Amino acid sequence: MLAFVLRRILIAIPTLILVSIFVFSLQKLLPGDPILVMAGEERDPQVIEFLREKYRMNDPIPMQYLYWAGDVLRGDLGISLRTNQPVLELIAEKLPVTIQLAIMSMIFAMLIGIPTGILSAVRKGTWVDWLANVVALSGLSIPNFWLGIMLILLVSVNLGWLPASGYESPFVDPVKSLTTMIMPAFVLGTGLAATLMRHTRSAMLGVLQADYVRTAEAKGLRRKTVVLKHAFRNAVLPVVTLTALLFGELLAGAVLTEQIFTIPGFGKLIVDAVFNRDYAVVQGVVLCTAVGFIVMNLIADVLYVLLNPKLRTAS
Amino acid sequence: MTASVAIPVKTQSRAWKKLRANKSAMVGASIVVVFVVLALLAPLLPIADPAGTDWGAIRKPPSMTAPMGTDEIGRDILSRMIWGAQASLLAGVVSVMIAVVVGVPFGLIAGYFGGWTDSIISRCTEALLAMPFLILAIALAAFLGPSLTNAMIAIGLSAVPIFIRLTRGQVLAVKTEDYVEGARAIGLGHIPIMLRYILPNVVPPILVQATLTIATAIIAEASLSFLGLGQQPPAPSWGSMLNTAKNFLSQAPWMAVWPGAAIFLVVIGFNLMGDGLRDALDPREH
Repeated sequence: MLAFVLRRILIAIPTLILVSIFVFSLQKLLPGDPILVMAGEERDPQVIEFLREKYRMNDPIPMQYLYWAGDVLRGDLGISLRTNQPVLELIAEKLPVTIQLAIMSMIFAMLIGIPTGILSAVRKGTWVDWLANVVALSGLSIPNFWLGIMLILLVSVNLGWLPASGYESPFVDPVKSLTTMIMPAFVLGTGLAATLMRHTRSAMLGVLQADYVRTAEAKGLRRKTVVLKHAFRNAVLPVVTLTALLFGELLAGAVLTEQIFTIPGFGKLIVDAVFNRDYAVVQGVVLCTAVGFIVMNLIADVLYVLLNPKLRTAS
Repeated sequence: MTASVAIPVKTQSRAWKKLRANKSAMVGASIVVVFVVLALLAPLLPIADPAGTDWGAIRKPPSMTAPMGTDEIGRDILSRMIWGAQASLLAGVVSVMIAVVVGVPFGLIAGYFGGWTDSIISRCTEALLAMPFLILAIALAAFLGPSLTNAMIAIGLSAVPIFIRLTRGQVLAVKTEDYVEGARAIGLGHIPIMLRYILPNVVPPILVQATLTIATAIIAEASLSFLGLGQQPPAPSWGSMLNTAKNFLSQAPWMAVWPGAAIFLVVIGFNLMGDGLRDALDPREH
């Protein structure tokens, strides 16, 4: 098992290097010269030259990359042009907010998607299956920023039940934190619920036709026991790994959700950084998201092996 | 010769029959056709100027004169919706074309040649796939500058790895077939083999993926325009209309309802079509 994990980590290294090269190139491609922005209104040539030296802008690009990659490995992602804070500190400040949103969305998605998927497979071809499929297709097709706006309109503006925006840490005021996060989590979780529903349905359909399920039924076991104990346990494997993979997608989806509900998280950080031409922050966020995605991929692979006894013995 | 190795005509007509018999796919296709026709006919339709402001008709609710109401500077929402369809559909189709034109050749080369070429292309694809689609598109749109054209390029480039991976996988399955071996045995070069014997057989899954990716691209364009990185005002776009609408939710809720509903409908249309195409072209289903 350890050898398998190590092998997977080794495979991830070239991907990480390529991601870092791409993220570094972004800085070179973004419009405007960051040094000129730093030099302020006066643009004194001496100041510009000093800054170019300080930020190693006069070195050849491959050398600049190596210096940058060295800094990144030491945890130095640069300084935000706007707030003058280290980028890593900014990310560390915003990330827990997005992680809270992502976890809540995932819980929503699993609570809706998995039972609906099971029900749809068990009742294949009936109106229940048809309805579940229509709902899933709608969940996949609805733009989550519009769903967010519509919910604000209905729940906050018309009914006044929940706040339309804002954020509170769950460690400061758990109730307020929950009330501010319910709507965004639901919005972000909708698409995922649809994906989970479709995958659970298809995995369950495959398993429900297996011989051991028919044997269990022939033994006279109750339908509920057969579905949940015999079929679902085997169908859950691809669903669990998919859940881990979707976590990366959640970080991307959070960009718009956070924008609509004015949540000060990771997604809002990148949008603000793009508009403020805060290059180091844009790079930092893209890099962290990619690293997070690669790590979640790794976890998904390991989970897949751990949960599958056949693969566990083989590895 | 090409026809004998590409999807046989019989299979094509069988797939077409299956697609026509699929009610959901036909509903999807009808929705898409309605939007396409409206978008194409926009200049000819008797509707108000989408940029024409009317300070006497600011934020008016839907009525006989303005069936979808007016916006914050008195522009007719119906007219902006119809012109906005052009931007959304164009963005969906053009960005997917970019993704296919760039992605498919790389996928073909990686799958066909294998070895180092495949390793390099596959590692780059994995690296690009590690960056979530929208975050990559935002970063690219930011670098290229905010405009509809740049949003299309950003979305297209972000979708490239999807097509590289799909094509590569299909090529790996096809290249060991007897007819490819035969073509090699009679001395055909790599490019003719790839273009005449392999490409036609990998087209069906690419077609399905392209249809489904148009749906994703339309949402991505609306997202970028919503963030201010796509279509720039005063040109109409569903995403930017929603961006403005969110500031007037309590005063003019209709401003937010129509653009989102349109995105939802057209995306559902493409998704239904994509699902129908997949079922029709899936050889296991025949």
